[in-house]
Amino acid sequence: MIADALVIGAGTAGLTAGIRLAQGGLRVTVVGTGEGCLPLASGTVDVLGYTPDPVPSPLAALPAFLAANPDHPYRLAGTGGLEQSVAWFVKTAEPLGYRGELARNRWVPTVLGGLRPTALVPASMAAADLPAGGEVVIAGIRGFRDLHPALLAANLSQATSGAAAIQARAVELDWPGSAGDLPAFRLARRLEDEEIRRRLAAQLRPRLGGAAAVGMPAVLGRERAAEVHADLERRLGIPVFEIPGLPPSLPGLRLFDCLRRALRAAGGRLVLGSTAVGATLGKGGVDSVTITQASRRVDVRAGFFVLATGGFPTGGVVREPDGELREPVFGLPVRGPAAGEEPFGDEYLAEHPLDRAGIGSDAEGRPLGAGGAPLASNLYAAGAVLAGGVPWREKSGEGICLTTGWHAAEAILGSRREDAA
Amino acid sequence: MSMLMETEGLSVRPSLDGCIKCTICESACPYAAVTERFPGPKTVGPQEERFRHGPLSADWSVDYCSGCGICSRVCPQDVRIAEINSRARAQLKEQRGIPLRDQLLARPDWMGRLGRPIRPLFNWAMGTPLVRFPVERILGIHRKAAVPRVASRTFQQWAKRHPSHPAQDRVVYFHGCSTNYFEPRLGRMVVAVLEHQGLAVDIPPQGCCGLPLQSNGNFPAARTYATRLAHQLHRSPGEVPVIAASTSCGLMLKREAREILGVEDPALVDIAERTYDIFEFLRDLHEQGRLKTDFAPVELTAAYHAPCQQQNQLIGKPALDVLALIPGLKLVELDRDCCGVGGTYGIKKEKYAISMAVGAGLFSDIKQTAPDLVLCDSETCRWHIAKATGFTVVHPLELLHRAYGGH
Repeated sequence: MIADALVIGAGTAGLTAGIRLAQGGLRVTVVGTGEGCLPLASGTVDVLGYTPDPVPSPLAALPAFLAANPDHPYRLAGTGGLEQSVAWFVKTAEPLGYRGELARNRWVPTVLGGLRPTALVPASMAAADLPAGGEVVIAGIRGFRDLHPALLAANLSQATSGAAAIQARAVELDWPGSAGDLPAFRLARRLEDEEIRRRLAAQLRPRLGGAAAVGMPAVLGRERAAEVHADLERRLGIPVFEIPGLPPSLPGLRLFDCLRRALRAAGGRLVLGSTAVGATLGKGGVDSVTITQASRRVDVRAGFFVLATGGFPTGGVVREPDGELREPVFGLPVRGPAAGEEPFGDEYLAEHPLDRAGIGSDAEGRPLGAGGAPLASNLYAAGAVLAGGVPWREKSGEGICLTTGWHAAEAILGSRREDAA
Repeated sequence: MSMLMETEGLSVRPSLDGCIKCTICESACPYAAVTERFPGPKTVGPQEERFRHGPLSADWSVDYCSGCGICSRVCPQDVRIAEINSRARAQLKEQRGIPLRDQLLARPDWMGRLGRPIRPLFNWAMGTPLVRFPVERILGIHRKAAVPRVASRTFQQWAKRHPSHPAQDRVVYFHGCSTNYFEPRLGRMVVAVLEHQGLAVDIPPQGCCGLPLQSNGNFPAARTYATRLAHQLHRSPGEVPVIAASTSCGLMLKREAREILGVEDPALVDIAERTYDIFEFLRDLHEQGRLKTDFAPVELTAAYHAPCQQQNQLIGKPALDVLALIPGLKLVELDRDCCGVGGTYGIKKEKYAISMAVGAGLFSDIKQTAPDLVLCDSETCRWHIAKATGFTVVHPLELLHRAYGGH
């Protein structure tokens, strides 16, 4: 297998880099062990939510945040790169109708009724940016285990206070289809049937009272989600918003579908189920990366390589039994707690030293080798494999992946233009 | 890659410990999406596998897995979900017996051998509702399911008389049952295309790979078939590549016979490592600058569907890479996972409707694209798609053969 660019990792960062490179005219192959992070993600674009104080405007907060965290992956593309990559994303994911702005975080309900900050949401969550003081109905489905409306509504009412208090009222609906196990993916598919929607809406409508909006589990369709959402809003007469919960996450899956299509439309190739296990370096940088296939390993040659394998949770960084941290494809040095140092904090939700583990990179996003210089001129890194960010605490996951994936692609396209000139 | 998989995935059952219950496999499963009879690959796979110890532990829902393997491919933890399910199905069949129908469907070579002497009658009967109704009632083969036509002359008969091509570089051609009994024309085209590259093609006498036996739960017979085939192909001298144009049978040789059936015969291990899908092989030739590119223009629009077992080889879509070299040809990549037939799955009376529901998206994409031809590397998928859509569905090699001036 030969490609102009091989992207290792099929999550948000890998797909972003892959699509952008393919749009730039390169023959791109993206390989991933599996479906990556998107089916587990909420489908929103979190950019910067806590520093650790709540962030009203990611754009306004970024300069001070970078000054305090000079190694953060956001340093690579800066504010300008963040704006450009997010604008590119909104265009690329156009069918999902993302909205929002970097200048203002929205506070959207979680499945437990908390509120969390995010910058952009798909159209199906547009109404989740709840107006202060209004009443919302949280409509769950009896038998669906992943969203409990009474719990959600009670917590949501407590999460807000004073003039901003939201009156949340729980409603439980009977599923109009056949009984039995109701996982999210099956509900989503059944809701693409107009008759099911009609019967569900007929149950809900008389119970809406004066509610300004209705929140529902994020199961409102997969392929025809836009149609499902619009139809429910029409039948109910008020805005409907999805509340993402446990995986599999339909908003994340829809985004994965959308990005996969964008990659294909740009001529790129996606190979899932294949893992990168090693690399060969030559005089000109990385010659090839070894990937697994059904019965053998093959070396994929390419002009450029993008490492987007994620951090410790996804195997982009591994910790050996002796405590040593290792990057398994290129053997890059990993920044993080050294062998012998405690990798975890005292409490589950505390900050853990391992959270910041990752590889270092130069200003172009090229991973640093053992000597502190870039390992190869044609190798770039993107996403959570980069050291310095703590996405789950900062609420910066999608922002980091988008901006570094986009930045790596721009750097590659730029170096090709230089070569051509 | 998890440490468990360091041996290239040969430890199927222990891989379930890697399952983090993320449910990505269930949301990707095209069968669980359309039928509640199949609760999903995680549920019947890594989850129920922990309870499968005694003789009564397997339940029928695992029989509603088609074995498409999408779950294993999308699993970020490299859990061998489809393989766990395949083994559980075999355990179920071992306990409760395999119905006569499944015994028959599992042996395409029998159908070919029995059908050939009475070919006109067989082909007529299989196309006649008057016969298909009682066949459905008695055997449980759905009356609308696509059944191939038996050819008058087997591919092996042709190969025996085909003069050997004088060339130094050799390949072994593993043609499979379908090419031998139902589509010998495809086999002749494969040989012509390979010979056009200046290769000598060895076609040893060969039997079934055992895949249909495996997917119908008869592991002992499947092991015998796979091992016998490996020895038949192994007889050809040297470390020559083995070329397969049937993607599911090719994958059987490459991985499934070892991983699912646990065959560790040295001949099979050797063959597995040098088996190539025909387009994988041709793409390699092209990348080495050795593929003949004397193509005549083919002014057609062709829509390509990559079958599951082709995608499970993890080689990308080499048919598209190679066909893109043909001038005039407009290729449309159909972006659907599974056509629904799952080998012999969709032929069965109780599963036909599921099969059609799984394929509905693909069928509607094909109708919307309205191509001159539909391309698909797997025979059972071709028959199923052709029957469901009315479009002509051919192996992508046919177009390459045509571009080289073949008829």
